[in-house]
Amino acid sequence: MSPASSGRPTASHTDKAFESDLRLVREKLLAMGAKVEEQIAKSMRSLTDRDSELGEQVKESDLEINRLEVDIDELCRKILALRQPAASDLRLITTALKIVTDLERIGDLAVNIAERAMDLNQAPPLAAYVDMPRLAELAQEQVKRALDSFVRADPDAAQEVLAGDDHLDDLFVKIFNELLAFMMEDSRNIRRATSLVSICKHLERIGDHAVNVAEMVIYMVRGTDVRHPRSRAVES
Amino acid sequence: MSPAPAVQIMPPEKPVPMVSAPQQQPPLAPEPETPFKVEVQDLNVYFRANHAIRHVTLGVKPQTVLAVIGPSGCGKSTFIRALNRMHDLVPGARVEGRVFVDGEDLYARGIDPVLLRRRVGMVFQRPNPFPTMSIYENVAAGLTLNGIGGNHAEIVEHCLRQAALWDEVKDRLRHAGTSLSGGQQQRLCIARALAVEPEVLLMDEPASALDPIATAKIEELIHELKEKYTIVIVTHSMQQAARVSDNTAFFYLGELIEMGPTAQIFTNPRERRTEDYVTGKFG
Repeated sequence: MSPASSGRPTASHTDKAFESDLRLVREKLLAMGAKVEEQIAKSMRSLTDRDSELGEQVKESDLEINRLEVDIDELCRKILALRQPAASDLRLITTALKIVTDLERIGDLAVNIAERAMDLNQAPPLAAYVDMPRLAELAQEQVKRALDSFVRADPDAAQEVLAGDDHLDDLFVKIFNELLAFMMEDSRNIRRATSLVSICKHLERIGDHAVNVAEMVIYMVRGTDVRHPRSRAVES
Repeated sequence: MSPAPAVQIMPPEKPVPMVSAPQQQPPLAPEPETPFKVEVQDLNVYFRANHAIRHVTLGVKPQTVLAVIGPSGCGKSTFIRALNRMHDLVPGARVEGRVFVDGEDLYARGIDPVLLRRRVGMVFQRPNPFPTMSIYENVAAGLTLNGIGGNHAEIVEHCLRQAALWDEVKDRLRHAGTSLSGGQQQRLCIARALAVEPEVLLMDEPASALDPIATAKIEELIHELKEKYTIVIVTHSMQQAARVSDNTAFFYLGELIEMGPTAQIFTNPRERRTEDYVTGKFG
């Protein structure tokens, strides 16, 4: 299958207002993506630097992400109703409608991390946070690469995000087992270690949302749906 | 969204499979291909030196709707007019290539274009009921002209019902065809085309002169007529093509650029030029 469109605009639309609406969707998505990346980084710094002030900022900024989600949804609905987009335009709009949900969820997870961090900051730190910064880095990288693949309409880069999820999952299991050991060592660690497990789980979920975004980018560019290959194997 | 890989904290031992893997099913024999109702092979149409249709080859399966789209002047009307030899009467027009209906070459020697047009009916852009005739006479015209016998009143009612017009005109069949609204006139023309029992219905922008409600009625009618007829429709409206057709063919500068299932053409066309056209980037 050799799709005609790479999902990236080449020739421009005869209708300039349509062209600018589509550009606006892309721009807003990028703004939302950048904001989300920043939220993950800040929420993790609020943990590692024990900076609860930063955690508060994360909660505050989430409102902006929510607003962007609603804005982008509305813009997409308007385009669907008024322009009846086709081909690559249609794929862009359906992609936008889906990935805003993932980005918004990532934002929420960053808030959850910040909340846990602020809670943990009340108590003395639990030894070192083992490999958690590394896990956060991986999650953030996955989000960044997924968004980059969207910007560049690059399905190969998106494919790498899909492959990269295993590293994240492996590291999560490793950290989980380490935290489990902490808990078994001393029951006074349980409360804090449990919070850390939650944070790790949130990071692992952020990775899953990055995968969702990457899958939609592949659809947007190639027009093929790569989700759930196993379910579809059963179906056919 | 791949199912969140079940993160295994303490991986359980792999269970030993209790049953042997199912045997690979032998592949099913491929379904025999439905023959095309209309098949076009290397069709070329010239108007004197102007090469208007260039090497078009395609097939239309029975009881399907093919929509032909493309910018003005791309040859879509010229193309469907070639499907019932409408160019025969145009001075300087020349048609090369072959057009088959049920395997019979329309351009072969000995084919009577009048009889052919009974099998391949046509509905035009502007409703064109015969101005001096009543509604009834309009529908019966093809029967009378072709010397077709039978119960004309019954046939007229049947065709008007098929064209979803009966209920609106049954009490005024003797009124002039031109007394109807534009949308009704167009359905009258469809009824007229159906009266001679064609197998293929060609529609050249049948709704372009109609308001949205009348358009919706024509489109609904196309869905119903598909049960019985094979339809080729030329339309300027891509949304209309998307709504009514099973397959879509995109023409540009007299060439068939791409043909495929309508959903594919509008979500994921293969050709850059199709993409540019359906997304509105032609200009």
